[in-house]
Amino acid sequence: MSTPAVTDKRAGSLRGASLPKWFPLAVVVGSVAVAVAIGLGAGLDSKVQWGLIAAVLAVLVTYVVASRVEGRRQAKDRIATSLVWVCFLVAVVPLASLIWATAKRGVKVLDGYFLSHSMAGVADTEPGGGIYHALLGTLEQVGLATLIAVPIGVLTAIYLVEYGRGGLAKAVTFFVDVMTGIPSIVAGLFVLSFWILILKMGYSGFAGSLALAILMMPVVVRSTEEMLKLVPNELREASLALGVPKWRTILKVVLPTSIGGIATGVMLSIARITGETAPVLLLVWGTNFINTNPFKDPQGSLPLYIYQQYANSSGSGAAYDRAWAAALTLIAFVMILNLVARGIARWKAPKTGR
Amino acid sequence: MDTTTQHNDAAPPLTPTGPGAHKRATRGATRPGDRIFLGLSRGSGILLLVIMAAIAVFLTYRAALAINKDDGNFLTTFEWNTGLLPPQFGIAVLAFGTVVSSIVAMALAVPVAVGIALFLTHYAPRKLSGPIAYVIDLLAAVPSIVYGLWGALVLVPHLNGLYGWLDDYFGWTGILSWQGGAPRSLLTVGILLAIMILPIITNVSREVFRQVPQMHEEAALALGATRWEVIRMSVLPFGRSGVISASMLGLGRALGETMAVATVLSPTFDIKASLLDPGGGTFAQNIASKFNEATEFGQDALIASGLVLFVITLLVNGAARMIINRRKEYSGANA
Amino acid sequence: MKLQRKNRRALALGVLAASGALALTACGSDNNSGKDGGGSSSSAAAAPGSVKCDSAKGQLQASGSSAQKNAIDAWVKQYGQACKDVQINYNPTGSGAGITAFLQGQTAFAGSDSPLKPEEIDQSKKVCSGGQAIDLPMVGGPIAVGFNVPGVDSLTLDPATIAKIFNGKITNWNDEAIKKLNPSAKLPDLKIQAFHRSDESGTTDNFTKYLIATAKSDWPYSGGKAWQAKGGQSAQGSSGLAQQVKQTSGAISYFELSYASDGIKTVDLKTGAATPAKATVENATKAIASAQVVGTGQDMALKLNYEPKEDGAYPLTLVTYEIACDKGNKADTLPAVKSFLSYIASEDGQKQLTGASYAPIPDEIITKVRSTISGLS
Repeated sequence: MSTPAVTDKRAGSLRGASLPKWFPLAVVVGSVAVAVAIGLGAGLDSKVQWGLIAAVLAVLVTYVVASRVEGRRQAKDRIATSLVWVCFLVAVVPLASLIWATAKRGVKVLDGYFLSHSMAGVADTEPGGGIYHALLGTLEQVGLATLIAVPIGVLTAIYLVEYGRGGLAKAVTFFVDVMTGIPSIVAGLFVLSFWILILKMGYSGFAGSLALAILMMPVVVRSTEEMLKLVPNELREASLALGVPKWRTILKVVLPTSIGGIATGVMLSIARITGETAPVLLLVWGTNFINTNPFKDPQGSLPLYIYQQYANSSGSGAAYDRAWAAALTLIAFVMILNLVARGIARWKAPKTGR
Repeated sequence: MDTTTQHNDAAPPLTPTGPGAHKRATRGATRPGDRIFLGLSRGSGILLLVIMAAIAVFLTYRAALAINKDDGNFLTTFEWNTGLLPPQFGIAVLAFGTVVSSIVAMALAVPVAVGIALFLTHYAPRKLSGPIAYVIDLLAAVPSIVYGLWGALVLVPHLNGLYGWLDDYFGWTGILSWQGGAPRSLLTVGILLAIMILPIITNVSREVFRQVPQMHEEAALALGATRWEVIRMSVLPFGRSGVISASMLGLGRALGETMAVATVLSPTFDIKASLLDPGGGTFAQNIASKFNEATEFGQDALIASGLVLFVITLLVNGAARMIINRRKEYSGANA
Repeated sequence: MKLQRKNRRALALGVLAASGALALTACGSDNNSGKDGGGSSSSAAAAPGSVKCDSAKGQLQASGSSAQKNAIDAWVKQYGQACKDVQINYNPTGSGAGITAFLQGQTAFAGSDSPLKPEEIDQSKKVCSGGQAIDLPMVGGPIAVGFNVPGVDSLTLDPATIAKIFNGKITNWNDEAIKKLNPSAKLPDLKIQAFHRSDESGTTDNFTKYLIATAKSDWPYSGGKAWQAKGGQSAQGSSGLAQQVKQTSGAISYFELSYASDGIKTVDLKTGAATPAKATVENATKAIASAQVVGTGQDMALKLNYEPKEDGAYPLTLVTYEIACDKGNKADTLPAVKSFLSYIASEDGQKQLTGASYAPIPDEIITKVRSTISGLS
């Protein structure tokens, strides 16, 4: 209640048609101070509320003051500016908290021992153990899934862009869309019935890879398709005009031109499937021991490890520590993939000639 | 995916039925190398179709097995007990919970995401927007299990105060009253989902806003428009359908989210009037929760609910695609 | 040309990454004996005597009940120290999934909170060539009713009151029914937050079985692994429930005693006996002692006595069975199964249980289990 009066005085001293540059900053500082005062005074224990009060105050004060001093159009502009800033801050808080919490709690047990040992013989409630088996399993499963999904995905995209016409192409386009909507657990169930129950293969890393590949394929097709479409037709025409066969044109001209974008798409899809828990739970099954062979017997997996440490641990601190450390490792892995993807994209960005 | 619009003027084979594509394909197919390559690429397309067909057949088959034996009504029963004789289960609660939590997530995430996208493209200092864009890209790829872990151990304890406050001031509305249980309700799920889909919507929206023709903005500025008026008159109309399709993508992810929901919700098989009271459930969460102890029949029933989720997601994605396609035409005309 | 050279570089990069990953496979270790707390080294000396590895070798897959997870963890640890050639991978997927996996021939044995159903025994004849699956009781577990009421340290409830609380008939901690049972406690005016399992669970099955046996009129449900009462709140898994009780003021829930750690208080049960029984391992052992074997042939399914007259017997318990084939176990896993099951049924194995808040199986029954295990083929 008291803020408008306070800032009014400040604003009152201005005689120009526009507010000074420090005005937004002053409003922010002022409303945060008032919000803290209200929060302390009213005994609100949630910092979230303090933040909300400050945000509402800042927007209101900005509007009131600006509309008086600068007129309605400028006031609307100011309110939009402050709303955009508020949006940004509102989003930053939880996202920063996520990264902060993971980093802070993750580093507790994350060390060389943790990365190079399995959970063999360590009860979930005890400290110790590591994620080596899970890390190895995830790398192998994701690698195999990539090996399956990328050739099929890229070839399908080539078909759609370079050859596709008529009913088949339309059907493929439509079903690729449908496929993106498959809930991951459903893909897991499908492979479970088909691979394990009908073909009688046991749980293995490879079974998980099959499900992950199903989830990965449509993403690869989509992103590759978009990238191939970006290749200027002049390049294709020039190559064909020189008498180069179409398949060589695709392999030597179209693909190299778009390889950066395709690689980025693939990397991002890898990042996406790396975090899948449900299909892995059903198919790879998890183990506490190191199993380097993805084709036989259960393996570990990082997302599964996080889930199990969270769910099976009777809430013991040691297990939570391990879960956070594994989460940090997983995020770091995804981040490295992301960086690599960006590097490739920048390095091989298609020269569009614009 | 939105970058395609840049090159519409170069007439890429967006419409593969065009005469150029036709001619090339027929002439190319005469060489052996071409035939092999065409065969390979068409083969992988067909393989994809076969996989899809197999999944569809499998889903419907097992779902039909379960629904036939359902003693309750599959659409309206407020119960999920496949162990009973005869079994009783229905998706009413799950459909309600899925829709409500997704609506909450969208209502929270879309405005904020658009705000951030505008911030990054039009407000933030250059030096700041690059790194922030990268961090948001990264967050889009953070595995959902990590969001779940964070949600259960960090977010939920922090919501107690907020819920009490909402109950104090808005409890009279009925939908925001709170009985004082643990804050593990559909609203919590909505908030967590909003945080999860925020990066996705922001990313796509940012790309769209970036493609607004410079000329439009400069023209508006030249007429003396304020920054907000520029955005309202040239940026938002251009980006509207892009933002809608981005939101649909986010919605698709929110609908199918499993682990994160399972960790922060207190699922019960009834529908509560208040968003703050624990209860409800979602399709994906229910599958994950019930699957472990399910008998083969129980699994069939869960697959039936998975099929419903699948159809819903399909509709949402289809809508998104339609809107994206329409936008292509729109922006093509303006480029 | 330039593009090609770049591709080659990319290829080289990929090869480098792949070889890096391969190199990584060489440096991990399953050996954790060095780092974890002192506990293991002291008990390590005691274990090997009773463990007979025989010719057991290789990896053993097993899955099932999460209720016995902590017991299996302790056993696997002791066993693994004695028999380095055997790796036992117990996956706490839940009893239902455990039985399913066993019946599909994926696992060597399963753990379950409830005995096999007749149709499951029929199905098992497919995997057990010439035999069938049998239930071997191995772990007794008291189910504790944990509560979080500020200012109340001990609480006595009878089955009827518990049923009413979980059925939403009693909603406040200062209800007359609770007051009558706890004349000396300072019960606050606080809403009761009753938590149940959101997933299907053998713990729920056993908890409701007890309520049905002892308070039928207040618990009008048929029982089963899925929670049937309306209302209340829920959480995933026993550890989820324990976590909620810890965090929520006014909460009450049920979980295995081993989850009632870190200061969670548990309800004393008013039974047929004169004084209420505390939820402890000894009291549960007393109650399990009066259980009867109802399984036929080799099968050792138990029927618990829910209304013991004995003083201090805590009847709210569950028994976890290991399920294996009596005949026709797979040849490559049989030695390991036999050796591991003999260890956990042995005196030393059963002794491990009390340390992990579980109750051992009474002598009379466990001796029969031992002789059954020695006959497995």
